[in-house]
Formats: sequence, C-alpha cells, structure tokens
Amino acid sequence: MLAGKSRQREQLIEYLHLIQDKFKQIESRHIVALADELKLAMTEVYEVATFYHHFDVVKDHTQAPRLTIRVCNSVSCELFGARQLLKYLQNKYQGDIRVQVVPCVGRCQEAPVAVVGTNPIAKATPESIARAVTDNQIVPAPLTYTDYNQYRQSGGYRLLTDCHAGKQSLADIIKTLKDSKLRGLGGAGFPTGSKWEILLQQPKPRLLAVNIDEGEPGTFKDRHYLESDPHRFLEGALIAAWAIEATAIYLYLRDEYAACRDILTRELTALQFAAPVKLPEIHLRRGAGAYICGEESAMIESIEGKRGMPRLRPPYVAQVGLFGRPTLEHNMETLYWIRDIVEQGAAWFAGHGRNGRQGLRSYSVSGRVNKPGVHLAPAGITLRELIDEYCGGMLAGHTLYAYFPGGASGGILPASLADIPLDFDTLNPYDCFIGSAAIIVLSDHDNVRDAALNAMRFFEEESCGQCTPCRVGTAKAVTLMEQPVWDQALLEELAQAMNDTSICGLGQAAPNPLRCAMKYFPEEF
Amino acid sequence: MAAQPEQFAAPMIRFIFNGTAIEARPGESILECAKRHGIAIPHLCYKPGYRADGNCRTCMVEIEGERVLAPSCSRTPTEGMKIHSNNPRAVNAQKLVLELLQSDMPGQTGSPHSPASELAHWVGKLGVGKPRFPQRQQPQPDLSNPAIAVNLDACIQCTRCVRACREEQVNDVIGYAFRGKHAKIVFDLDDAMGNSTCVSCGECVQACPTGALMPARLAAKVLPDQQVASVCPYCGVGCQINYNLKDNRIIFVSGRDGPANQSRLCVKGRYGFDYVYHPDRLTNPWIRKSGMAKTERLLSPSELTQYFRPATWDEALDVAAGKLNQIRDDHGPKAMAGFGSAKGSNEEAYLFQKLVRTGFGTNNVDHCTRLCHASSVAALLETIGSGAVSNPVRDVAEAEVIIVIGSRACENHPVAATFMKNAAKAGKILIVIDPYRSDLARHASYFLQFRPDTDVPMLNSLMHIIVKENLQNDTYIEKHTEGYAALKQTVAKYSPEKVAPICGIPAETLKEVARVYARSRASIIFWGMGISQHIHGTDNARCLISLALLTGQIGRPGTGLHPLRGQNNVQGASDVGLIPMFYPNYQAVTDPQIRAKFASLWQAPNLDANRGLTVVEIMHAIHDGVIKGMYIMGENPAMSDPNLNHARAALAKLEHLVVQDIFFTETAGFADVILPASAFPEKTGTFTNTDRLVQLGRQAIEPPGDARQDLWIIMEMAKRIGLNWNYPEIKDIFNEIRQATPSMSGMTWERLEQEHSLTLPLLKEGDPGERVIFTDGFPTKSRRGKFVPADYIAADELPDAEYPYVFTTGRQLEHWHTGSMTRRSEVLNAIEPDPVASFNPLDLTKLDASPGDIIQIQSKRGTIKAIARADTGVQPGVVFMAFCYHEAAANLITNEAMDPFGKIPEFKYCAVKISAAT
Repeated sequence: MLAGKSRQREQLIEYLHLIQDKFKQIESRHIVALADELKLAMTEVYEVATFYHHFDVVKDHTQAPRLTIRVCNSVSCELFGARQLLKYLQNKYQGDIRVQVVPCVGRCQEAPVAVVGTNPIAKATPESIARAVTDNQIVPAPLTYTDYNQYRQSGGYRLLTDCHAGKQSLADIIKTLKDSKLRGLGGAGFPTGSKWEILLQQPKPRLLAVNIDEGEPGTFKDRHYLESDPHRFLEGALIAAWAIEATAIYLYLRDEYAACRDILTRELTALQFAAPVKLPEIHLRRGAGAYICGEESAMIESIEGKRGMPRLRPPYVAQVGLFGRPTLEHNMETLYWIRDIVEQGAAWFAGHGRNGRQGLRSYSVSGRVNKPGVHLAPAGITLRELIDEYCGGMLAGHTLYAYFPGGASGGILPASLADIPLDFDTLNPYDCFIGSAAIIVLSDHDNVRDAALNAMRFFEEESCGQCTPCRVGTAKAVTLMEQPVWDQALLEELAQAMNDTSICGLGQAAPNPLRCAMKYFPEEF
Repeated sequence: MAAQPEQFAAPMIRFIFNGTAIEARPGESILECAKRHGIAIPHLCYKPGYRADGNCRTCMVEIEGERVLAPSCSRTPTEGMKIHSNNPRAVNAQKLVLELLQSDMPGQTGSPHSPASELAHWVGKLGVGKPRFPQRQQPQPDLSNPAIAVNLDACIQCTRCVRACREEQVNDVIGYAFRGKHAKIVFDLDDAMGNSTCVSCGECVQACPTGALMPARLAAKVLPDQQVASVCPYCGVGCQINYNLKDNRIIFVSGRDGPANQSRLCVKGRYGFDYVYHPDRLTNPWIRKSGMAKTERLLSPSELTQYFRPATWDEALDVAAGKLNQIRDDHGPKAMAGFGSAKGSNEEAYLFQKLVRTGFGTNNVDHCTRLCHASSVAALLETIGSGAVSNPVRDVAEAEVIIVIGSRACENHPVAATFMKNAAKAGKILIVIDPYRSDLARHASYFLQFRPDTDVPMLNSLMHIIVKENLQNDTYIEKHTEGYAALKQTVAKYSPEKVAPICGIPAETLKEVARVYARSRASIIFWGMGISQHIHGTDNARCLISLALLTGQIGRPGTGLHPLRGQNNVQGASDVGLIPMFYPNYQAVTDPQIRAKFASLWQAPNLDANRGLTVVEIMHAIHDGVIKGMYIMGENPAMSDPNLNHARAALAKLEHLVVQDIFFTETAGFADVILPASAFPEKTGTFTNTDRLVQLGRQAIEPPGDARQDLWIIMEMAKRIGLNWNYPEIKDIFNEIRQATPSMSGMTWERLEQEHSLTLPLLKEGDPGERVIFTDGFPTKSRRGKFVPADYIAADELPDAEYPYVFTTGRQLEHWHTGSMTRRSEVLNAIEPDPVASFNPLDLTKLDASPGDIIQIQSKRGTIKAIARADTGVQPGVVFMAFCYHEAAANLITNEAMDPFGKIPEFKYCAVKISAAT
C-alpha cells in the first residue's frame, strides 16, 4: 500500500486513512507494520490512531462491520428527533451493520442527518435510511458546481495571473483588504490584511495552511461554498500564497465532507494540469474526526501527522507554525472573498452591513425556521431580521424562545435579546460571540437546559485531553448538568476556572452555553 | 585564556512579581524565577530537567494585559511585565484545578499509593478542601510488571511519564492515547505493562508525581529514613544512585544527577539491588571436606554443605594462605596465579595485584578485561599509547556524526544509549553498524547490517573511499601521525565495489557513510564486543583507530574513540594494574626502571621481570601442570571463560583454589576454601567508569552474617602470605594508588567525598580533570599516532555442512554477565527467568520450530538446550545467546581461539548445529 510513497512522519494520518479505507478498521498488526515502515515507536502510531474517531483501532482478527450508519446528535439534529432515530436504528441494525453516534456533520439545515457509509441522508427517516442501505447507496450523490473550465471562462484566475505578472501591487491589495474590514471568518476574527503584513515580516520559507475543518455545530457555510464554487476559494488561497511567497499550501479538510474531497481532488488535478501560473505545492490533507483540529495550532499538529493537541502560545503560528515555519493560516471562507474584494473594491464589501456594522456574513442558520441554510446577509443583521427577511419566519406553531448566535461555543441568548446586531464584538457584552456565524434557532418547543447539556457533552467528547480544566472540567460539568438540580454556584466556579486556565478556545468557550443558560433562563431551573 | 563569564552574560530581565520588583535570568521561566526568590507556585506537570509541557494548569499566574491566565512553567518574563501568582483570580484558578485533579484520586483524598504525592502536597499547601466534584470511573490496577506497579486511578495525565519514556530514555513504550476524558497512559498498543516492550528502566516511576507508577510490591510505600549516595554496581556507564533505606535496609534505589547519567537509571541499577538480600549469600567461610573430590560438573547451591564444611575465619584464612604459600615455596611463583575483580573497587583491585606481585612473586594476575576489551586496548596502546577513551559518552551532544559499531548499547549500556538516542532525535547523524538490528538502529540515519566477521574489509573500504575522494585530513596526518603510507597501500586493495559482496553492504552506502564521517565537524566512534571479541579483534580496533587518525576526528569535543567499558570498574581495575603485562598506569613490568620504581614503592625487591599469563593462557597452563595454586576474587571463570568444558576441567585440576565471593558461584564449586565477601552496597571505594570518571561508592548496609569486607580479607591473606601492610583507612590505600598511578595523582579522597566524582587524568590537586584527551598529540614516544593497517582474516571456526549456523554470544539487558547477581534478583529474574536462544523467524520456520520450543545447540566443544525465541533483528543463519544461564551455559559452546595480540577469545563467532531437543 505504501509502495513508492514517502516514509515521512507527516504522512502518518494519510496512511492510517489508507488502512482504514481498505480494511474498514486498523488492527494491531497494521499499527506495528506502519510503525516499522515509518521508523516510529509503536505507541506513537497508536496514540495518533486512537486520537481520531474515524479510525477504528482494534485487536487482530476482529471482524470489521460491513457498513456503518452514523447519526448526528448535535444541537440541531437533536431538536429534530435524532435521539429517537438513533434508538430505532440501534434496535434495527445489529451484527455487520454498525450504528454510531457522531457529532455535528455540517448539514444542520437538513436535520436530522444520518450518514450511510459516506452518503449523507438529509432529513433522515427510518425509511430513507433503510432504502439507502438496501440499495447500497453508500457514497454521496454527485453534485453540480462551477468546475475549473467554467470558472476560468467566467473570468476566474485572471486576478491571480495579474498578481504573478506584476500587474497588481501587493501593498495595494493589503490596503484593500484592510479597508474592507475583512476578518477571519472561521471565528477568531483576526483582520486579514494585518495578518498578511505580520507574515511578511517573518523569515522565509513560509507556508499557507487552510482550515476547512468546519466542525463548530451549526456551521456549514464552508461546505456550501466548496460544493458550489470551489475555485473562488482556491484562487483566494493562491493569491494569499503569492502575497507571502509561500512555498506550499496545505488544505485541511474535515473527513466528514466526502463529497468535498471528491470535488477538491478533481479540481486540484484540473488546476495543476492546466495551471494559469506557476503553482506552489498544494497538499490536500484529510481530517479524521476531531473538532479540535479546527483550532489553528491543533490543525497544524494534525498536518504534521500527530495528535491534534493545541500548542502553547507564544510563540504564535505566524512565527512558528507548520513544520516550525512561519505560517499564514486562514479559514476557507476568508480566502473565498479575496477575489471579490480585490476586484470589486474595499468599499463594496465594507459598504454592506446593517445596524452600524460593516461587511457581508454567511450565516449558517438551522433550527426552528422555515428556510434553514446558508444566508449571505449584511453583517450586523439581528436575529429577528434574519429570521423574517431570509429564513421565511419561524416554523408554523413555533415561537422564538432562544438562539445560539455562534455555534455551540458562542453561548445562548433569549428571545428578548433577538435585536442585537450579529457581528464580531457586538455580542461580547452579553458573554457571547458570533464565531463562525452558526445560528441555531430554538422555539417554545425546546428547552435551553437540554441544549446547553447537549453542547457540553459535545465539548466533553471533543476535548483533546491535554489540559486539566477542559479534560476534567467538561466531564465534571456534564455530570453536574445531568443532575435534576444544578449546583449553579459550583458550576459558575468551574466555568470561571475553565475560562481562565484552558490552553485553547475549546476549554475556554465550553462554559458559555452553561453560563448563558443560568444567566438568561433562570425560569428553567 | 577563558574570558570572565560575567563580561558576556546577557542582561537580567526586570519585572514586577506580586507587587515586588525582581529580576529573571535570560531564558528562566516565571516559575523557576519565583522559586529562586523563595516563592512556591503550585505545579505538577513540570519536572526540572525535563521539557516543560504546561498541561496541568496548576501553575497559573495572571499577567496584566492578557485575557486569560498564563502557565508560569512555560512562560518567560519580559521587561516590565506585571505578574501575579497570589491574587484572587490566580489563586482561585490554582485551587479549582487542584480540586478537579483531587476529585479523581482514589478516595478523593491524598494519594494512597505514594507517601510523597506532589498533588497531596499542593492540595494541603493551598488548603483545597474535600473535592466537590464527583469521581470518575476508575481504571483497574496493572501489576503485571515484576518491577513496576501501575495504578492509573492516581493518574493526573500530567504526561511526565511520557516525557520520561519518550524524551529522556527514548525507550518509546509509553503513549498518551485516546482523547478527552478517555485519554490515558498506555504501554505500546494499550498492553499490560508486563507484556509490553517496557524495559523497566523506572524513569517513569521516578517521574510520576502521584504514585500512579510505583516500584512493585509496595517497595516504596514507606518513606526512607536514610539516604546514601553511591554508584551503580553493574555496567561501565557509572550511574550515580541513592540507596534509600528504612531501618538499615535498602528499600529502593533512585537516580542521582551524576555526570554520566543525569538521574537516569536502567532496570538493573534501579531494581536489581535485591540480590544482596538473597538467601544464597555466603555468610561464613567454607573449607572443602576431605574426601570430597573436585568434579568437572557444576555444583548447585544446594550441594554446598555436602562438599564443604563451615569454618572460622582464622582457620579458613590459615588454610587458604598456608597452602598457597606451600605451592609457591615448592614450585615457585610461576605456579601461582590470581584473578581479581572488575566489579570490586580500585582499592581492592590495587591491593589484589600488589598481593599477587609482591606476595606470590608473579605477574600472573588478570581479570575479565581479557574477555572484553583486551584487543581494543592492545590496539590502542600500540597505536596511540593509551587504552583510555578519548571523549566521554555525553560528547554525543557535541558531535555531528556518531558511529556505534559492534555494540548493543540499548541493552548493555542503557543509560549511555539514552544520550545517543537524544542526540539522534536532536538531529545528529547516528550510524549504527552491526550484524544485529538493535533498538538503536531505528533512530539511525544509516544502519549497516553487515555480514558477521567482515569488519576489517568494511572499515578498510571506508578508508579507501576517504583517500580516493581526498577527504582525509592532511594537516592532521602530517602533524600527528606516522605510518600513513603503509595504510594507504593496504586500503587501496579494498574498494567498496569489491567489499560490498563480502560484507553485504551496498557500495553506495559505504561511500555515503565514509563521506559523512570524514566531512563532519566532529565525528565520534563508540564500539563494543562486536569489534573486540574476535581473533582479529585487534585488527578491527586498528581499523577504527586509523579511521579517526586519517580524518583528524580525535582530540576535540564531540570526536574520538570510545570503547564502551563493560564492567563498572574494568577501567579502574586495569588502571591500577590488575593485568599481567602492566603495573598501575600501564607501565610495563618488563621495563627495569619501572620495575625498580615499584620495587621501591612496594618495598618488594623481587618483582617478577616477565610479563604474566592472561586468563585463557592461565587455563592452558593449569592443564599443562604449570599453575597449581590460584586466588580468585569476584570473578566467575567457570561461566565466563570460553570452551567451558576445558576451563572447568582446569579449575578442577588445581591443587589449591581460594575463591572469595558473595555467592557460591559456579567457580566456587571448584574451590578448596571459600571466603564470604562484601557486596557493592556493603563497601566504600572508588570506581572508574567508561568516561574515566573516578566515582565514590559509599557503604549503605553491613555485610550479612560473618561475611567481611573484601579489603579486610585481602589484607588478612596478605598478612599470612608474609606481607607487611598497614592501611588504617581506605583512603590510605587510595593515597598509595595516587602515588602508583600518575593519572590519578592530583585526586584527593576529601575532594571525592565532596564532589562524588573526578575525571582522570587529574595530575595536580585542584585540576578540573581532562574530559577530552589527545588534544595535542598522543602519549607515545614520538607523540604521534601510528597507523597499523590490517588485512582480512576470517574467524577461527567457520560454519560448514555439519555445523551450519554461526553462534554468537553477548548479554541481555536484565542479566549481568554470568548471572551470579542478577539471577538472584527477584525482580530481574522474574522478567527474564529462562535461558533463551534468539533466532531469525525464518530460520525457526526452516527448523520446523516455534518460539517457546526447546532446541539443542551443539558445537565441537559442547552442547546446551535452550528455549527458542524469535527476533527479527538477528540475521538468518545466526543464533544468539546470553552467557548468564548456568543451566544452559553458552560458553560451553564458544571457541577459545585467541586474538594473538589481545589474547581475547573469539566469543562472537563459532559454528554450531541446531536440532529439536528430545
């Protein structure tokens, strides 16, 4: 399987995928053999393989399941009956078909979601799942999207070509980005233009790493753009690479997005076959089922073939990043907008906005609305405006009760606070944040205690395990939140410590839904 | 001239800590700076000396201006920073994190497995009360390892054990697997520790702050009431240790930060101390019963009372010395011989050789160096005038290229190997050259698994390449060497293309290795028995020395030649003259001026003018009827000599044999008088390790029963042999050694007591000692190093149709040499209880055998049975056995053919046939 391939340690996760894909599991003998090939300790390979939930690490001579059905149990899917669906499936399928609970698969607008093999079943029912199983529909259906030729024909890659030909000034582009107020759209919100400036001050060689690990529950905007117009993002990435003279680009794609992997593989080949400019190395790397790998330094660790454990900062990724080199790391969607902003101007982008805010935002909306999905709207729109103008209003018979303004980690707000502009910075006074702009809408049919517990269970499951406050804190929080009566004072102490002492954003933000539930929904307790 | 350090020190960093202005050294963490100022910030995952990991989050401090708190172990202060470790926010965070950890401890209180849990300490210090959080589901204990108890219910996932195993010792057994609350410490693929590749070095036990990893069987459950600083008795690395005692009994051993080991130990040093308490310890003298004739058959410990009767010291010493005197008087000094110990102290070795030379009147004194590095030393003396290593092991940190040839360092010099692994991981080029693929090979940039016995052509081809591509160091050759023309002529015949099929290494690889070695800024060569234990062992070493001289890779930090010394004091024993051809400090016995000097120092006018016989020669001389009386101290030739049938017959033939030892060894079975001696923790003395460090071993316990100090026994023997010695204290012997051994003349006992170890050569009192030698020429007459070329000679006994396999011997990690100590250590013998012979799995298939089967190994000299073990590191056609099993003594099979210069037997190569045992 490894014939002709490099034996570099960074390929470890890719090779574990090869084994998992072929044998549907990874046995002890595979681990020992792979360790031997890569000259690693057996336990080092074992640590990495067992970190990622997509690898089924088993003892030798274990029978692999013929097929796995994965049922999402995150916030939106739970609203739409995931628990009952799961119980039904677990009763029905035993033996060589395995039923597994998984966290958010990035299809919240189609909740509840079950993935049969790698084929996602939207608004899954027992019947639709059974049909996929019997018809052996275990890979995603092909999608239509703007491919390489179509993208080029409609003006794509002209900007990139101009950059390489010296017809675009890097200083001007950076100024444009700064003036546009474009900030990182993965959630951290770092001003894009400034980030490029910082990288330009670092010594070469430099690298570009693109975060397509989109794992925040409620978020699916990156998938949306990849499945419709992948080259717009690739061009943005290549422009960023040109700007910082990156020697290589690493794309890190969450493995739940199987259709996107097909698309990217095909389109990268097309691009490299008929490249408009000299391309740097472009590497497509697969995630393996770990939300934490959406954290910028954990993602870098994963690309290096290790467990996705966030690094201590300082030093920051811009100074010491991938393979120790200065690294520009961007969320995919941030790069998606580069072309449009440069072509149409900073004022065009910044000119959008509402309620005193600037720019455009792709809101991933799910929950109790008529039209869930990705809605490109002015930054600063309020929830009420978003529901009324873009989402066709609340579902019949549902009144707005609460909402997650920024995925599972951004906190929970009550209906009485549905008129706050949704943007960077505006939610902070309310102990919330917008993050990836994943909006989950709850109605009077739902209760926030359950939603907060769902979120905390998610963080407990996804914690990397490196530091005490997150590893132990999320586990203790879940146990305390499962009690009929919450010890709110103790939970608040715990929340404060998690926020103050966790190494990364997962542990720091995990208490947000819990704290919001206690603060804004006292009537539930 | 060294510049004053203060002139070039980087400036201190001034910042405010808890409201007070303080200064940090550049690179110092906030935590260490606070500690230096007497402020203790709680911490658990931080261990001084290890890389800081910053994961426990108990050391949190507030840095003004930062959104979240910072881990003080992993942050360094910057100028003007304002830091708080004791404000409410920081203290609440520290306490809450400690409370979270405490809530998962067994009973949620203290830590029941260790009396000194660091978590319990900080919980107490910060006043964290009973935890308010529910306890996790606890894992079961894992007591499968005889040496180490694993109780992960006390694990706080601090990963100190992971760093201990993966970054310090680089044994690479411990992992931190799974994720989140399921994240746990695992061994290999989550195997029970006793079933894993764990080598029980105990570094993890030493690192664990909460007692999740502890010595097995509650050995360290009590707090020691006494600690004695000493050295390890096993190998030449010379790790410094602490004996931890309770009620005058050693309860456990811990690592001490010595120059050779940095607090690291291996399984033998840490867990193999319990042999001293074995019931087999000799506690009174024994005299052979009249009528109980000597047999060539080995006696078992249970036959002791059948063949011997107890005696008082006076009677035993009178008989022992009396009969030796009689033989000397009747047959002359040439009928006498003595074997001293490479495991005893310098003082013991010095007195022993003095007794043999001045009391017996012969130079027939030797020790097991003859079986070890004799050929290496012969070559080194011949070429550069000194058998000492040029650079210490830890110079691997200064080197760019490290060659390890003919040495299984991970098994035989485990702690030295950890530094080699560290160096490889730090990016140095490690080149492992060995017919066996050892654990070290995985870390190597180049691994040359060459055909056994083909060292000379292979090494000559490396030199051929260097000369052909003009990579030799002409300046160095011109200034510091002689004989280059002869070397050039010889290596010209060994082109890589010609040598490749002989040694089995592709020509391109040979070229790459040669270039890398020659070109690097600093290249160092380590070697072991694979080089020396051949009839061409001296030739092998000559080639290594020529490689270094050819390229000038000697005489500077990170360069040189290092034959890894096996026994803990083989270097010292040789230094103080326990060898037949030299007095102390390698001064020739045949030189009249030198002899006169020692005659004067020892007040012994009739010193023997001829060089004495070596170990194997002595056995031959016994058979020839020349040698009739022997005194053996701390040696076990009935197991360690080659061709044991022959050696044992010799021992049985002696008219009078006095054996001084701590156990009824296989050799003691041939004795006429047995004298019970002191084990290592029962004596004080100096011991010289492989790096030329003279270290002080201190007595921690008393010998059992009526066993006595080796020094006392030697002096009592000397008295009865007619020698008039007076050494009121041990240091008086040491002071005489200083007179006899110029390389130690500047060392003082007082300084050793204070500093624990001193490097030789140390000529003037107060000198620092020379870590790197040969910095400006060599101690030869011409001050130059000599090239002595070598041509290919095959081993003495090659495989043929009847005996188709190559049999090679060596050692095992868990057992020491003839096994007299380690097979009586409960822990060590539990890990490896049975005689095993290692085969390549393909050969087992060919023999229609499976691992675990009993197989028979036979050479022209003897037959043994052992349990087959599969080892992919062994080449097809080769069988390996350690020589520590008396029930399957590998040396019954080995060939006593000797290297003509070093007189070392060819332990590494003979021919055998294999069959299933009936």
